[in-house]
Amino acid sequence: MSIDRQHFRLALATTPFTGRIEALSKTENWTAWNSYKVPRVVDNLSTEYFAVRSGCSVMDMTPMEKYRIRGSDALAFLDRLLTRDLSKLRTGRVSYVVWCNDEGKLIDDGTVFQLGEQDYRLCSQHHQLDWLRLSAAGFDVDIETETHEIAALAVQGPTSYSVLTAAGVTGLDTLRPFDVRETRLGDIPVTVSRTGYTGDLGYELWVAPEHALALWDAVFAIQGLYDIHVIGLDALEMVRVEAGFIMPGFDFNTAETTVRDGYARSPYEVGLSWVVNLDKGHFTGRRALMAEKAAPPRRRLTKLVVDGNKPVGEAFIYARKRGRQIGEVKVAVWSPILKANLALADIELKKGRFPDTLWARIDYQRELKWHSAWEPCRVSTKPFYSPEHRSATPPEAC
Amino acid sequence: MTDTADVIIVGAGHNGLTCAAYLARAGMQVICLESAPQPGGLSAKRSFGEHYRLPGLAHWSYPLSPTLCRELELERFGYVPGKPADTVVLDRSAGPLTLGGNSVSGESLSRQDAAEYPRFRDQYLEFAKVLRPVLKNRPPRLKDSDSRDKRTLARLGWDLRFGLGRDKMGEFLRVAGMNIFDLLNDTFSDERLKAAIAVDAVMGNGMGPRTPGSVLTWLTRLAAELNGGPVLYDGGTSDIVAPLTQSAQSAGATIRCDARVERIVVENGRAGGVVLENGERLTAACIVSSADPRTTFLSLVGAPRLDAMFARRVAQIRGAGVVAKLHLGLDGLPAFDGVEASQPDRRFLIGPSMRYVERAFNPVKYGEYSDEPVLEITLPSVNNPDLAPAGQHVMSVNVAYIPYKLKAGWESGKTALFDTLIALLERYAPGLRSQIVAHECLTPADIEAGYLAGEGHWHHGELALHQSLMLRPVHGAAQYDTPVENLYLCGAGCHPGGDLTGLPGQNAAWRILETDVSR
Repeated sequence: MSIDRQHFRLALATTPFTGRIEALSKTENWTAWNSYKVPRVVDNLSTEYFAVRSGCSVMDMTPMEKYRIRGSDALAFLDRLLTRDLSKLRTGRVSYVVWCNDEGKLIDDGTVFQLGEQDYRLCSQHHQLDWLRLSAAGFDVDIETETHEIAALAVQGPTSYSVLTAAGVTGLDTLRPFDVRETRLGDIPVTVSRTGYTGDLGYELWVAPEHALALWDAVFAIQGLYDIHVIGLDALEMVRVEAGFIMPGFDFNTAETTVRDGYARSPYEVGLSWVVNLDKGHFTGRRALMAEKAAPPRRRLTKLVVDGNKPVGEAFIYARKRGRQIGEVKVAVWSPILKANLALADIELKKGRFPDTLWARIDYQRELKWHSAWEPCRVSTKPFYSPEHRSATPPEAC
Repeated sequence: MTDTADVIIVGAGHNGLTCAAYLARAGMQVICLESAPQPGGLSAKRSFGEHYRLPGLAHWSYPLSPTLCRELELERFGYVPGKPADTVVLDRSAGPLTLGGNSVSGESLSRQDAAEYPRFRDQYLEFAKVLRPVLKNRPPRLKDSDSRDKRTLARLGWDLRFGLGRDKMGEFLRVAGMNIFDLLNDTFSDERLKAAIAVDAVMGNGMGPRTPGSVLTWLTRLAAELNGGPVLYDGGTSDIVAPLTQSAQSAGATIRCDARVERIVVENGRAGGVVLENGERLTAACIVSSADPRTTFLSLVGAPRLDAMFARRVAQIRGAGVVAKLHLGLDGLPAFDGVEASQPDRRFLIGPSMRYVERAFNPVKYGEYSDEPVLEITLPSVNNPDLAPAGQHVMSVNVAYIPYKLKAGWESGKTALFDTLIALLERYAPGLRSQIVAHECLTPADIEAGYLAGEGHWHHGELALHQSLMLRPVHGAAQYDTPVENLYLCGAGCHPGGDLTGLPGQNAAWRILETDVSR
């Protein structure tokens, strides 16, 4: 969708779906995502959360930054940009990726979709065109922003497969996790990928803006006990923490926006060593990451289960009750499905290891009076929530 | 012919040779590869017309440092310090002005200026002395500095505060960031005198007298002058090439000419060899490049094998050459207005006032050049008659400011440039046009093509403040080692920069020797 020439009159741009969401909104609780108007909550947070976990959630993800990368050096360019070995990626597959600056600190994360030979789409949290262009020197590669040209809808939750199939999207029964495929919905060409940010069964659908409403209407026309709800960013925040997904710029500061020494984070420091391949050849930050890997890790963004039911909010982490502060909670949610306080916390390690005990000091209010509570925390090495139905192919029909 | 060595040096200019000589003397097996048929780079001999030769594109220099001469035993290999050369500023109305060492003389020079000049020079030589420990060492790192970095910084601080004393330090700090235009207007009234100093401050750089930082570039030049004033070698600047070459060879270094390096082989972030234009592959534990940093990193290594931001920094180095070279074969000595015929072994300047120099500079920013450029003229055949047929002479002219990229394009623009230059010279040396037997005109683009110096820049990158010291050539490669393991820089693009000093080559060799290159 090319932006109409009056766009500057509005502080926030709208997506093809905005009108539909406005019609459904009962809270008028809006926020900005990449300068687009998106809901935080449309109707009710609990309803939206449970749509993801036990029904079918629909989220407008058009504001996600999207770049098309083509040219004879497209693969070589991406392999030099990203920390992961992309030579193993095939057409029709998607990969979770991160990229670093020269100092090996994270600039952003995202997903790479291989759409064809030397033809890729890179989706990212933050605007990256400048970094991509800067990285393109010496490569025969063409980089285009597609953010405004493609409407995207995330349909996620245990009933999402049944809903989309009922709506007429074909070919989902053979679509494995991290597959991407061109398919159709009636006459509409739709690109569908089995990807998402919820940790549940789910799909992302990519269409030309002029077909966006037809897709939306086809999904919402489905009748039955599928529990279909449009959701906002607040529900997404809950489910992504349950799934253990990180968000650059929120859980840690991104490298190219960091001024203070020591405030940026490397993939190792946020627990993403599995996406770094130091043996694949040169990439930006490799030298720094090799040096970092040679020494014991000094800090780690860690998944914590915090005891008790106090709202964790922004707590500090201690090795001993009333001891020295060694970390801080970056994001915390109450998980309704796990009945637990979940947090991602940035924690200093000692000789590469976590201390034997971890305590969170939680400051909370009771009727406008502040209280403090000390709660023990446990490190979780796996995603907090990862249901089996998430990865079954074909998915269970509901 | 051997195809492996401890060290491969790319380029046998004076810095490559200096580095080769030092490393060979330290017992390393060194191969130095030169694309031209002879070593020397900008100091190599050159011929034009049928019968004329030039002793190097660079036509004068400051004497090499005594340390370099001693450590490389250059005198044993035939190095003869050149002859100090006076500078004569030509001015058709006020008459010529002659500068030599600490003295200045000329018609209509005021007594105040004549008296002030030696005092002024002494003061600025003293300032330059303060910079010397920094120039002769690798530039100190401010973050993660080692003991040697701290020593260099401490020495600079000590010399500033206690060497100069409080008042002079205050004056140094006042002027260091200034432009030379304002400084000289504060000090002198004679336009010719001011222009002569200003030209030395800016020559070779894309800056005019009014460009900020031009006092600092002048101080860097004065630091070289601590070894002695400008000299003209009998055989031209190529007089320093043969001793350096022999010094390197006698210590066991191999110097291969006609061997153009096409690519530095880098695998997994580590340099391990070079590929020549003819496809031959040589391997070494350590690769040292005296090519300019942009050529080294972007052409020989290639941006894809570097981190993105580092490659970006290198690509952004400011360094478009602004000096063209005019070579004339003449059937006799030119007669400069007002200059006695008995004094031809001088450095002549056409640039009678700082405003003239600034006006010559202005158009180059827009890809054009002035009708009245600044000319720096020598007659190398005066001291070396072999360069031209008997009774004839060669004239070597540095022409500032001529753009690397001419707006109209050099293919069609070169004849007009030649005509402009001859018309200008004719005004200062009437009858010169009829003396011309042969000529050659090299734009910065020609200098790039012939000498592989990026954008034809003498100094392989501007000597601007933001490209000096720990920022030369760029952050991340300022201590001669680079982000590519086992790849080092030793050319003029490194600290302390251009001119024929050998210091980048020397500093680089020291740096390589203090690192274990066999790892």
